[in-house]
Amino acid sequence: MSTRTVRAAGLSARYATRPATASGLLALLLLALTGYALTVGELPISLGEALGMLAGEPGPSGVDYVFWTVRLPRVLTALLVGAALGVSGAILQSLSRNPLGSPDVLGFAGGAATGALVQILVLGGGALAVALSALAGAFVTAALVYLLAYRRGVPGHRLVLVGIGIGALLMSLNRYLLVSAEVDDAFRAAVWLTGSLLDRTWDHVTIGTIAVAVLVPVAVLLLRRLSLLELGDELSTGLGVPVGQTRLQLFAVSVGLAGAATAAAGPVAFVALAAPHLARRLLRSAGPSLVGSGLVGAVLLLGSDVAAQQLFPTGELPVGVATGVLGGVYLATLLGRHWSRRPAASG
Amino acid sequence: MRRARSRPVRLAIGLLAAVALLLGCGVLSLLTGSEPVAFGDVLRVLVADDRSEPAIIVHDLRMPRTVVGICVGIALGLAGALMQSLTRNPIADPGVLGINAGAAFGVLVAIVGLGIGSFTGYVWFAFLGATLSTTLVYAIGGRGDDSGAPVRLALAGTAIGAALVSATEAMVFLDPKAFDEYRFWIVGDIAKPELGVVWQLLPFLLAGTVLALSLGPRLNAIALGEELGTALGVGLLRTRVLVGVSVLVLAGLATAAAGPIGFVGLAAPHLARAVTGPDQRWVLPYAGVFGAVLVLLADVVGRVVLPSGELRVAILTAIVGAPLFVALVRRRRAAA
Repeated sequence: MSTRTVRAAGLSARYATRPATASGLLALLLLALTGYALTVGELPISLGEALGMLAGEPGPSGVDYVFWTVRLPRVLTALLVGAALGVSGAILQSLSRNPLGSPDVLGFAGGAATGALVQILVLGGGALAVALSALAGAFVTAALVYLLAYRRGVPGHRLVLVGIGIGALLMSLNRYLLVSAEVDDAFRAAVWLTGSLLDRTWDHVTIGTIAVAVLVPVAVLLLRRLSLLELGDELSTGLGVPVGQTRLQLFAVSVGLAGAATAAAGPVAFVALAAPHLARRLLRSAGPSLVGSGLVGAVLLLGSDVAAQQLFPTGELPVGVATGVLGGVYLATLLGRHWSRRPAASG
Repeated sequence: MRRARSRPVRLAIGLLAAVALLLGCGVLSLLTGSEPVAFGDVLRVLVADDRSEPAIIVHDLRMPRTVVGICVGIALGLAGALMQSLTRNPIADPGVLGINAGAAFGVLVAIVGLGIGSFTGYVWFAFLGATLSTTLVYAIGGRGDDSGAPVRLALAGTAIGAALVSATEAMVFLDPKAFDEYRFWIVGDIAKPELGVVWQLLPFLLAGTVLALSLGPRLNAIALGEELGTALGVGLLRTRVLVGVSVLVLAGLATAAAGPIGFVGLAAPHLARAVTGPDQRWVLPYAGVFGAVLVLLADVVGRVVLPSGELRVAILTAIVGAPLFVALVRRRRAAA
């Protein structure tokens, strides 16, 4: 892979050209998509108006309100949640050294769902209470999984298996709650369980912003160690990586990101699993690509939300449905094309 | 010092013990229920069906449930072991081939598209859906004889599964009435099996079981690596297709008959490997028996804890199985 080096002010950084170019293109795509998402909807807003309102000018009456309380929070939540899920999934797949590793598989998406379901079906709290219970559920579950997997260190595969066991347990609990509830409550809960960007408020944006602003930089700082961990415990210890500590830090970061994403938009399916694979294939990077996964996650979620709104303007279709269809079909075609072209390449 | 018995003998004795355990669970399943029937009565009516009240309870309610539980458990355990061996991924289960997603999709098409509202009507739609998704997964991920194939298959299955699940959910959300039927189907159950359906499915399940058990040596060979496996004369593509067919028949029919019952296909092979080690010729039969034990135990526990029937078997398989599974994972050094 060709690399280049930049030097400035006594510092130098080496980067691979292909991933850097591809990430730049992804960022541009994301920007264009964001602009588009801000303008479409039940009430069309022109791009000029949107930019003007962002710059602080008052928009036409009515438009102003829709833009600031409906459109912008929704778009921002989609961006933040998508990015958080993408990064979280990339960390988990690398940590567990399993291509199927993701927050859904590792159990804490199930824990977040349990927290939210208890709040919706049993306690009957509002949207913010549901978000916070989801966050609490994710953290309690993650701590439980980590403790149960701990026995003189936590190897990745044990983390995954314990996570699956606990996740299955919680999933059962969720299903029981769903089956024993009244059908109206169950429907509301099912919409939450699919992941929805309907009626997002600035509270949701705040949750997402804090998580992304704090945890993504930490993750990027730990990226080099994460790549070394993929070489195996012995080798990375030999190279000076404190294995146990690094793994705990990375695990905590990814739980925080996934938990906050779930709190903000419900357990949106498949983004965390698909984004790292899509990123790896688009960027052709050798190791885990956190920034790339974050970008792909954001594009996937925002794109799915726009598509769902366009196809079903009534707004009844939760975005989680669209991410599954779009992400699933796109990953499948990408896999099929990639492999039929280069049959010797490994997955 | 007494010489230890040879390994095959020990494993064969262990398998017999596991089968005995399964039979014990079967008896337990005939004995428990919301309506108490004395042990003696159960035995009496088992021998002679005199159409008395206990006889009706045992023959018409508990017997079908037990038979279905055993069939479904064996099928799911075997299918899970095949999947984990084929994809070389310890977290694979029949769901990774998109079986559950495809079956759910088929059921929803039956409910929404054709207005079919009875369980017997769903069965073949569920199986058609599972066939559709498995075929798609193989078309995308099943080609080539290289070392990436196992990962590819698992990933393609997950992608197709996600797309189908979402398509199903889209139909559900656009039609709230379908949602009410679907939320009960999606929690798999063996409480009220239609015996007619079971007899229809039984020959296929038997054929799938025989096929699965015969694949042990092939799976052992490819576990050594694709190149070594080929050198030993085992065709990779052929093995992959045979495994796919038996997983589809076993898990597809089990899901069609009882709805998606999770965790059995994942946990049973792990329990089996803890006893047998990596030899697939032994892992497969053990996984089948353990799967059936898990399903029956979960069903019995459900009947004892909440006789009203709200605790369905698919909910309890994980609640009964997960603690065992986690303890097992903690104890063992290597997972796969």
